[in-house]
Amino acid sequence: MFLHVTELSARYGRIPVLNGIELQVAAGEFVGVLGHNGMGKTTLLRTLMGFVPAQRGRIAFDDVDVTREPPYARARRGLGYVPQGREIFPGLSVRDNLRMGFAGRGVDERIDAILETFPRLTPLLNRRGGALSGGEQQLLAIARCLAGQPKMILFDEPTEGIQPSIIEELVVVLRQLHQRQGLTILLVEQNLEFIAELAQRVLLIQKGTILRELRPKELRQADVLNEFVGVGTDAG
Amino acid sequence: MKLRRVSPGIVATAAVMVAVGLGVPLVVDQFQLLQLTVFASMCILALSLGVVWGYGGILCFGQSAFFGLGAYTYAVTAVNLAESTLAILLSIVVPAVFAALLGYFMFYGRLSDVYLGVITLSVTLIFFNLMNSTAGDAYRIGTARLNGFNGMPSLPTFNVPGNPGRLLDPTETFYLVMALLLSVYVGLHALLASHFGRVVVAVRENETRCELLGYDVRLHKLLVFTLGGAIAGLAGSLFANWGAFVSPNVFSLSTTSQIIIWVIVGGLGTLVGPIIGCVLMQYLATELGTQQLANTSLMFGIIFLAFVLLVPRGIVPSLGVVRARLSAVRARPPA
Repeated sequence: MFLHVTELSARYGRIPVLNGIELQVAAGEFVGVLGHNGMGKTTLLRTLMGFVPAQRGRIAFDDVDVTREPPYARARRGLGYVPQGREIFPGLSVRDNLRMGFAGRGVDERIDAILETFPRLTPLLNRRGGALSGGEQQLLAIARCLAGQPKMILFDEPTEGIQPSIIEELVVVLRQLHQRQGLTILLVEQNLEFIAELAQRVLLIQKGTILRELRPKELRQADVLNEFVGVGTDAG
Repeated sequence: MKLRRVSPGIVATAAVMVAVGLGVPLVVDQFQLLQLTVFASMCILALSLGVVWGYGGILCFGQSAFFGLGAYTYAVTAVNLAESTLAILLSIVVPAVFAALLGYFMFYGRLSDVYLGVITLSVTLIFFNLMNSTAGDAYRIGTARLNGFNGMPSLPTFNVPGNPGRLLDPTETFYLVMALLLSVYVGLHALLASHFGRVVVAVRENETRCELLGYDVRLHKLLVFTLGGAIAGLAGSLFANWGAFVSPNVFSLSTTSQIIIWVIVGGLGTLVGPIIGCVLMQYLATELGTQQLANTSLMFGIIFLAFVLLVPRGIVPSLGVVRARLSAVRARPPA
């Protein structure tokens, strides 16, 4: 397994947030994690990245135990993370935001290669990151993550606050990254349509535990939605 | 630093430094030249905090610890060797190593900004008390007596490297100090324009983002902190050479707060700002020292408060804002 998480628990102070998470993602797989607010989706990703310390359990990435490694070391191993809120540098230009992902020579050539996947960013290269729309910032965050040449990317609700036209573009971009570039992806989302469109399998998370695994088409079934997601029947 | 990226402001500042360095000795008397030499030395000290705080985002309340350590290292080494070259080099290395050790425990211990400020301030005050307690024959390093609160007088001044008998005269010392100020200023700009510099600024902006990109935040903070310590140490040796004297006052609260005031007055996040702030405040201190009406420290406190409340960005960034607004007004089409 590319990402192998066993018995993972984490807490904020005295409040437990993750309770014995079991999660496996194979190389080249696209896995979605679905759950309500406060169920531990973001904490799961932050724990996988090392921003929240694991109280118990083990995280193995690419056959290496990274449980005690700091975030930058995990990023260097090829674990990319596109967080909620994008976390771009608002004062830097789009080009400099992308440059931050690189070190050494040949930066501009590598940026050009990445921009082929993100043509929308090309005319914006000299614009300040903070002046972009939410959707453009999301694309920039993904492009910058790719600059680090990750082997796997963790996405935290990339559709949050994004206009529908860019969500469609995100679907195309993520599919391209998965299918053409063979990237392994773990996507945390609340947007049923988005996750059903992209993920090969979906994990339902509730109260910090993986409750059940679903096929994407099952997400459109009314009984499943009512039982596990509680959003009614209008999603399919 | 690629030439095409050098901003006109940096070129202009460097040109002013060259012009001052070459022209001033021709038009001022020796007393004024000595005054300008210490101003330039203090500008290097201001740059050390300017880069650590303004670019690294590390509010170091104890920059005078490294300054004083550099001054004492120069004094002790120069007295023992009767030669200044190695003394200058050690005055950079010793504070840098001390900054690296202190920084290691602070950054790798993940201390928050508040604790960092408290610890750096405590360290400089510990040095202050320690050096004040070194009066008496017992406190000597080699042939150098530390002399407690009386300080170390009659220090050997700078000599031509390899020729201890050939001392630099005040004009040559001024050239040297101006050349060092120019080198530190240009060197820091080159560093900040490099990939390392971009990461340092990015760490200041948001540590989490940098970790996401695979950068070791603690290491970058440690390196910039160490660099600041080295530059402050260099300034310390220049200061000790200027007066041929060093006392525990280099570690005092007034010295450390002065450096912070220079940076705040000149403008955080710029390199020319701390230089301007330092020159203005040094000039003011000199002028205030000639009168009896107002206490200099009190006046400094009032100026500090006025800047924090009225010009929080400092002189240089505020001028930038004014210039941008004027440009916008000029660019607006007539009604």
